[in-house]
Amino acid sequence: MEKITIKKETNYLHVALRVFYYIVVFGLIFWGFKGIEYKGVMQSASGAINALIKGFLNPDMEYATNMTIDGLPNAILETIAIAISGTFVSAIISIPFALLASQNIVGSKVSKIGKLIVTMIRTFPELILALIFISVVGPGAPAGILALGIHSIGMLAKLFSESIESMDLGVKEALESCGGNYFEVLFRAVLPQVSPELMSYTLYRFEINMRAASTLGLVGAGGIGAPLIFAIRTRSWSRAGVIIIVLVITVSIIDQISSRIRKRIV
Amino acid sequence: MDKIPVLKPKKLKRNLTILTLLFLIVGSAWFAGFNFIEVMINLGKGGRLLGRMFLPPDLSYLPNIVDPMTETVRMAIVGTFIGATLALPIAVLTANNFIKSKLLHGPLRIILNIFRTIPALVLASLFVAVFGTGPFSGVIALSIFTFGLVSKLTYETIEAIDYGQVEALMSLGANKMNVLRYAIMPQILPQYMSYTLYGFEVNIRAAAVLGYVGAGGIGQTFEYNLAWRNFDRVGTIIIFSFFIVLIIDLISSSIRKRLV
Repeated sequence: MEKITIKKETNYLHVALRVFYYIVVFGLIFWGFKGIEYKGVMQSASGAINALIKGFLNPDMEYATNMTIDGLPNAILETIAIAISGTFVSAIISIPFALLASQNIVGSKVSKIGKLIVTMIRTFPELILALIFISVVGPGAPAGILALGIHSIGMLAKLFSESIESMDLGVKEALESCGGNYFEVLFRAVLPQVSPELMSYTLYRFEINMRAASTLGLVGAGGIGAPLIFAIRTRSWSRAGVIIIVLVITVSIIDQISSRIRKRIV
Repeated sequence: MDKIPVLKPKKLKRNLTILTLLFLIVGSAWFAGFNFIEVMINLGKGGRLLGRMFLPPDLSYLPNIVDPMTETVRMAIVGTFIGATLALPIAVLTANNFIKSKLLHGPLRIILNIFRTIPALVLASLFVAVFGTGPFSGVIALSIFTFGLVSKLTYETIEAIDYGQVEALMSLGANKMNVLRYAIMPQILPQYMSYTLYGFEVNIRAAAVLGYVGAGGIGQTFEYNLAWRNFDRVGTIIIFSFFIVLIIDLISSSIRKRLV
């Protein structure tokens, strides 16, 4: 049998480009490694690891079942409350931002500005927002809610505007041709069409905010983060262990529920 | 003219859903002690803080933060590289269509899930407690987090590949390695690269705050200046990191768009 030969055309420009990319990428990685000094593990490291494992195996059950305001259940509930409220605030504020960033609603010039604003919001870290809001409302959960509420706009408004841009314009045009005013078009044509997707994105962001809410306490913005960081800094491993275990379980359960609802919505 | 009757779906279920949602939202706002009026009254304070940060920022401080920012970018690069490199083989093992063994991918999935659930900041503070302060702890935290993220996205992609190519190769007598090399990898590599870049974007943001718990990078400078209430310097740090993150995001997302 004759062998079938497949001719491959070699485009030297492509090959050269490819080599160039490889050099850039590996150069960057090499440059990165050069800067990270490995100072060797601290002498106490093995002891610390032992203590850590011991702590995780003997979780602080007293703390986990302490139903007062200083206990774990309260802190977890507060974390969930921050995530829910923050997501809700951002979902509401995101809608006008999304409309402002949608090309088929406000035209391409305005939508470019809208998109830029949304990108800028997304780039601003939530921890810094939390610090700013702590100066507004004082330390505590409300600062966390505001931080999440503002930071999430960056992602939600982007996703919202993408689904608005890809919707079927027929309904909108039909309403306009019947003489519907701006708000009628918005509430009877645009929002009903995109609302399942909007809800699904909001739920997805809620999952992310659950994780974010658990670190906000680090700067004093409420939730489980503060007791967790305190436990780690004082090396109370059995308490840190129980917090991390409960946190992982809670976040996993919420993820499951939320993704199941999302599958049913869209 | 007769009216055309419009059959409306039953409203009970919808109303119940709305009621539950309202209950959840109002309940959590109440539980967290969120007071809208108080927020509105105190908004001025936030404005004053912003004013002290940005009107004007202390730009003479800029040379001092170039080094920590470089360290942040390096941490993100190394963390992404280690995490994503480990993620590829694990993702192949975790996908349920390449190796059909529940015993293998069940536990792997749980571990990956745990890695993704623990926030990078918490991981970092754990490693700082074990390995001491510095970028090394941050890099390990970022690696683990990236590993969890990229593995999950990649194994889901492997599970969604076009199986025809795999069957075509198998019917020609290819073994598992050949299938992996010629049927699976070509299909998932662009996605995998895209996920890695996405991980890198997430890591740049994460690396910028990791210093807050002592894990190296710009966050350490940030925390120090905040503690000393040098708000105009904090403003400079925020603006500088903002631009670095924005530039990296733009580059990375334009590469990602071309990949997929």
